[in-house]
Amino acid sequence: MSPILQTLANGSAYGYRSLSAAAAGAFESIATASGTGSSGTITFSSIPSTYTHLQIRGIGRTTTASTGFDDLLVRFNSDSSASYTYHALTGDGSTASAFGGTAQTSAIIVDGLYRNNVTANTMASVIIDLVDYAVTTKNKTLRTFNGGDVNGSGKIYLQSHLWINTAAVSSITLVASGTNFGTQSVFSLYGIKGA
Amino acid sequence: MPATYEPIATTTLGSAASSITFSSIASSWTDIKVIIVATAASNANFAFRFNSDSGSNYSRTRLAGDGSSITSSQNTNQTELQLTSSFSIGTTPVMRTLDIFSYAGSTNKTVLFEEINDLNGSGGLNKQVGLWRNTAAITSINFFAQSATNFAAGTTATLYGIKNA
Repeated sequence: MSPILQTLANGSAYGYRSLSAAAAGAFESIATASGTGSSGTITFSSIPSTYTHLQIRGIGRTTTASTGFDDLLVRFNSDSSASYTYHALTGDGSTASAFGGTAQTSAIIVDGLYRNNVTANTMASVIIDLVDYAVTTKNKTLRTFNGGDVNGSGKIYLQSHLWINTAAVSSITLVASGTNFGTQSVFSLYGIKGA
Repeated sequence: MPATYEPIATTTLGSAASSITFSSIASSWTDIKVIIVATAASNANFAFRFNSDSGSNYSRTRLAGDGSSITSSQNTNQTELQLTSSFSIGTTPVMRTLDIFSYAGSTNKTVLFEEINDLNGSGGLNKQVGLWRNTAAITSINFFAQSATNFAAGTTATLYGIKNA
């Protein structure tokens, strides 16, 4: 069984939606997962090392019964040790600010998910870029661009993250911090090839 | 079957034009992306709409830096989303990128977009999230001038489709 098909098989335990192959090229779809409403994690496992970079694109809400945002956490290879750091630039429509953190137990995409009482059918969006994910001589660098707007409130973020680990990334777990992914959440993993 | 990431259409202006439109966009992809490299004869503002909707259904939150300060602002109940919310477009080529998520899905439409606008001593960067409060599938995108100044000849706009598995 190929790694991609293994991902499909594993996905059933995490609420994966149907998977089907897309045409191959320099930017290839690896797997897609949807929220179930009852699970706080989505895992892309058995990621092959055949690409140069990875990108995750997604829209998300949680089941938290309030307005505002929940954080979206990212862990590599199931590592929840304090080996993640980040910096963030953000704006909320009136104030721009910068902040960061060290010794985190995940890469924190701040306010990456809308909560359930936000305007219906409105999603937070995120693009996650992970460079050189299979190179074993580099710690792993991540860039995230995320935001949400509901006509009168909203936030926008640009973040850098570091996973202080040189291991090849073979699995990525997305975590809805302290809550579950709503059923309208969809995240897709893509591989980007070098020449 | 569509490729994972493929160009759907490209427009290169042979002469100045007040608008650029991508129409009849198929629902074959998951997300769509637009990259515009634009100039204008003089500094001018541009905007875009989906499906020709000019209702007050657009809003945005932005974060912008101009080399000395960083600001954030918000606009509600707009009749379009501005392509030049922080920096106008003039004679130096500048780039705009739009990532439009689940454009054919049943949710309201969210756009992450950027103004990449360095002018050798002025200009800056703008990151923005926009919302079109409409659950219809996006089938057309119209970029248009908000004043008498047009997009200049040589302006390019490419629409890409991104298809998940």
